[in-house]
Amino acid sequence: MMAELIRNRMAASALAFIILMLVFAAFAPAIAPYNPTEIDTKNILTAPSKAHIFGTDTLGRDIFSRIVYGSRISLSIGFIAVGIAVLIGIFFGSVAGYYGGRIDSIMMRFVDIMLCFPTFFLILAVIAVLEPSIFNIMVVIGATGWMGVARLIRAEILTLKEREYVMASKVMGARPAWMIVRHLIPNAIGPVLVSATLGVGGAILVESALSFLGIGVQPPTPSWGNMLMDGKSTLGVAWWHTVFPGLFILFTVLAYNLLGEALRDFLEPRLRR
Amino acid sequence: MLRYIAKRLIGLIPVFLGITLISFFVIHLAPGKPTDIQTSLNPKVSYEARLRLEKLYGLDKPVYVQYADWLKRFATFDFGRSYVDDRPVSQKVAERIPITILINVLSIGLILAIGIPLGVIAAVKRGSLADKSTTVFAFIGFSMPEFWLALLLMSLFGITLGWLPISGIKSLDFEYFSLGGKVLDVAKHLILPVAISAFGGLAGISRYTRTSMIGIIHQDYIRTARAKGLKESDVIYKHALKNAMLPVITILGLSVPGLIGGSVIFESIFAIPGMGRLFYESVMSRDYPTIMGILSIGAILTLIGNLIADIAYSYADPRISLPSAREGASE
Repeated sequence: MMAELIRNRMAASALAFIILMLVFAAFAPAIAPYNPTEIDTKNILTAPSKAHIFGTDTLGRDIFSRIVYGSRISLSIGFIAVGIAVLIGIFFGSVAGYYGGRIDSIMMRFVDIMLCFPTFFLILAVIAVLEPSIFNIMVVIGATGWMGVARLIRAEILTLKEREYVMASKVMGARPAWMIVRHLIPNAIGPVLVSATLGVGGAILVESALSFLGIGVQPPTPSWGNMLMDGKSTLGVAWWHTVFPGLFILFTVLAYNLLGEALRDFLEPRLRR
Repeated sequence: MLRYIAKRLIGLIPVFLGITLISFFVIHLAPGKPTDIQTSLNPKVSYEARLRLEKLYGLDKPVYVQYADWLKRFATFDFGRSYVDDRPVSQKVAERIPITILINVLSIGLILAIGIPLGVIAAVKRGSLADKSTTVFAFIGFSMPEFWLALLLMSLFGITLGWLPISGIKSLDFEYFSLGGKVLDVAKHLILPVAISAFGGLAGISRYTRTSMIGIIHQDYIRTARAKGLKESDVIYKHALKNAMLPVITILGLSVPGLIGGSVIFESIFAIPGMGRLFYESVMSRDYPTIMGILSIGAILTLIGNLIADIAYSYADPRISLPSAREGASE
């Protein structure tokens, strides 16, 4: 699988960037040259230089160090939110697909309702009535992003459950829960993997938008989105304050999208054109 | 056709009820009450006054009763009064909604006008430079944090070059302009918000059009059309494109909630007094009636978008007359 991925140059560089970001997040204290929250009134809004490669912000904090620490926030929100979405989606999709009939139509109706929701409105409302903490953001993004996975799993299970090995297992007296977890989900997981990879990028975008509006990750904790919120006020004076955090959001999301596409090509060679 | 539309309309009612029910419970089950700002945080307010205030707003009743009350009033298009300035919510929303709809309609128009030809060219000239650059553009479009793009373009066109205004929808001296001047002024203010809100959708639609066209142009009936000597442009734009549009219409319908949700971000950045901005303000001040009003109007707009997509779908493919057929196609 690695060889297949690396053959595709775009996917390889995407993977390299993702690994770089994971390293940033894991070893942030070692990589960041400055303390990300340390205020330095002598160096306010200095342009990129040798001492501060991405410049400093309105409080003299080093932007590169803040980006390095911000990767922790973006990645953990991306992974955990998607993890929640995948778990809910697998549960919903497999139960609806396996039992079919009445249960299926009621559950899928609910999925249709959720798909019609202007999700961002709902997220905004929930975050505002709860406290805007990192935990709440993860849960809300996950709880509003599972419908795609549910549909994928259901569609896969609808075809899988007619296969002979499933029949055989049923004849041998397997209980539904065992059947779903042991036989159906493992065989339906491919498309979910693709959708989860793409979902990480999506979750990072939502988090940055929330933080940009001031209801996501709260200062002084650095996140790429709330750095852009600060950058908005210095637009036209300090380009580095806006350009660098945004580039990191763009490249990270792009990397997950490219990786997701490469995975899709790999898992579903039929679709390769 | 009319029967089909009526059937779809009836089918939308439970979806609408579901959306409002979820919104209502999510908002109301959260800890804290909207009156907290006026009561708990204000030492001058007595316990009795607090209870009176809660009673006035119906907050002392169980949530399901509150929802039933809300639904009863909704049936007469009464969304209640705003907790903030005591004006009817319907009036507040009505003031703000036209600009939001205008921006979204313009942006969908732009997406279709540019995205479909891009996708067609990429599909017809597969592997060409145009195809490759469309693919790159699509990936960047999918991954772009649009509020960041907005900041960069604001800085370029608004500050560095000074060509376009960067906030609001009218200039300060708007009242003194002639009619033509007024239209031009609003148009200038709308260029950036519309272009940026179309950007992400453009990537999606050009990509889906390409995929769908590639699947179509190898079909037998396309070969037949060519064989009988039709012009290539007729083959592509009349025979192939109409069929290739089917999945694109579905995607477009599904992207309406995203566009409406995105209006919060754009209207905040560009200081546009639209529905998204109003939603942000009411969320910040915990103005329940306004939040509920906008959520349900947002849901109605989304459902109308889906309905239009359905109708367009059955127009493009007359075989579709049953609602269930579309579900199969969207898988």
